[in-house]
Amino acid sequence: MEKIFSHPQSLRNISTHYCAGCGHGIAHRLIAEVVDELAIRERVIGIAPVGCAVIAYDYWDFDCAESAHGRALAVATAIKRLRPQNIVFTYQGDGDLAAIGTNETIHAANRGENLSVIFIINAIYGMTGGQMAPTTLLGQKTATTPDGRDANLQGWPLKISEMLRGLAGVKYIERTSLHSPAEIIKTKKAIKQAFENQIEGVGFSLVEILSTCPTYWGFSPKESIDWVRDVMTKEFPLGRIK
Amino acid sequence: MKKILISGNEAIAQGAIDAGCRFYAGYPITPQNELIGYMARHLPEAAGVFVQAESELAAINMVFGASACGVRAMTSSSSPGISLKQEGISYIAGAELPAVIVNVMRGGPGLGNIWPAQSDYFQATRGGGHGDYRCIVLAPSSVQEAYDIMGLAFGLADTYRIPAIILGDSMLGQMMEPLLIRSPRHHVTKSQVKKPWALTGCKGRKPNIIKSFYMKEGDLEEANLKLQKKYKLILQKEERWESLFLDDARIILVAYGTMARIARGALNTLRNKGKKVGLIRPITLWPFPSKAFAKHQTPKAKYLVIEMSYGQMLEDVKLATACKLPIEFLGRSGGGVPKEEEIIRKIKLLSR
Repeated sequence: MEKIFSHPQSLRNISTHYCAGCGHGIAHRLIAEVVDELAIRERVIGIAPVGCAVIAYDYWDFDCAESAHGRALAVATAIKRLRPQNIVFTYQGDGDLAAIGTNETIHAANRGENLSVIFIINAIYGMTGGQMAPTTLLGQKTATTPDGRDANLQGWPLKISEMLRGLAGVKYIERTSLHSPAEIIKTKKAIKQAFENQIEGVGFSLVEILSTCPTYWGFSPKESIDWVRDVMTKEFPLGRIK
Repeated sequence: MKKILISGNEAIAQGAIDAGCRFYAGYPITPQNELIGYMARHLPEAAGVFVQAESELAAINMVFGASACGVRAMTSSSSPGISLKQEGISYIAGAELPAVIVNVMRGGPGLGNIWPAQSDYFQATRGGGHGDYRCIVLAPSSVQEAYDIMGLAFGLADTYRIPAIILGDSMLGQMMEPLLIRSPRHHVTKSQVKKPWALTGCKGRKPNIIKSFYMKEGDLEEANLKLQKKYKLILQKEERWESLFLDDARIILVAYGTMARIARGALNTLRNKGKKVGLIRPITLWPFPSKAFAKHQTPKAKYLVIEMSYGQMLEDVKLATACKLPIEFLGRSGGGVPKEEEIIRKIKLLSR
């Protein structure tokens, strides 16, 4: 009998520290599955962020480095330039990639670094207790926007993917979501595309993944995926951006 | 063997390349721009990777990445830029990565000016960023030494898996002197330390992880104790200094870097007149060469510490002598450089 489903070799078989209904576990697994399918486990190098996914390297079973908050793409740039034979990716949240690390993001993209970027957006800071992220929606209540995000005071949700689209060095951007099995399958395809692009030397590829934070949104896991589907995707439309 | 006329900044860059540095990232800042320019042209010729980073933060984190995959890596800057790099240096120290960081010091605080200064001594020798860590700090005082010391810097960084800082100043960076390179006497060591911890892809081994984060209770304390053990070993083994005329000296000058060159000028003038003046020139600022002082704590000797700062190394001299001996100080900063005549005047005052 043919075995058609098993635990990915690139994912350690341990339970994660993530809250119930959090999207990180799913995203970690998708990356592990893609790494296995492309048979690159022995040459992949992952760069973990600062944020809830700070110990992603405890879950993936391949070479990884941490990076200071926001600096994953600077770390990745050096590794890929020195070791083009390796497949280098960063895994970053919206605070990491789109607030403190915006400069590193824009410049790595503009240099056209041949990297794969997995960008998790959940419109909030999870690890530090639910503060406003650059991607927080207007009206969304957080620890630092207790009356809801007000455009006059905090500006608008930052759309990094749309910003990066105009840069010549950027070759592929897709926005996906984890709110349903169908969307999860699309997300995996996009992650695979981003890795294949790197293998083929295409250039800077980014997958922006809408994810959930039930704990700091104050929703149940079910309500959270509904909120992604019904509210978040209106502000951050899914699909190929470049 | 070659003899060339070259600036200190360029000598540091060439020394790094000859020492096997194969990655450099930097951001322009005066007075170290000759260094980044030299690297842009010559590092690729040596099959190395040069990146002009978008900021000092990016540059130091690129060095983190380069070092994480086992390559000898360096960045350089000047005082305000080095302040920006402190977060990254702390991570490099915490992750136990080797790296070389060059600080061609200028006047501060703030934007300051581009004149020579030694006012980043505390920052360099006390860690500089957050956490209980140290960097090895080397202070060359001539263009030749700036070249020669790069092999030592990379060697120590690799051996101890620690950031090594080259602490120069804009005078050293800008001045041009004859430099002997790749001669039997002046060469830099390329001896490669094995790096089984490096990120290369996990083929044929368990995955490697480079990190400074320890969440489980007790783990970070354990990691810190490991660092402390390493620092203790460095303190025991790696002190370096140069001394002159200590046997009969009544006044011992203490100065490092280009300041020591000027102090030496004063020393020569006074020696010619029969004055018993000596010199201790620390080459490693951390570990501070305490042994140099332990040997010469004679009741007759007075120390005169001379710095382009308002007394930073002074504190280490006091610690090294356990505050038992008279220690005088001459210092200027903000672009002010103690001149030979000022030093001579001060010595004459002291020997009265």
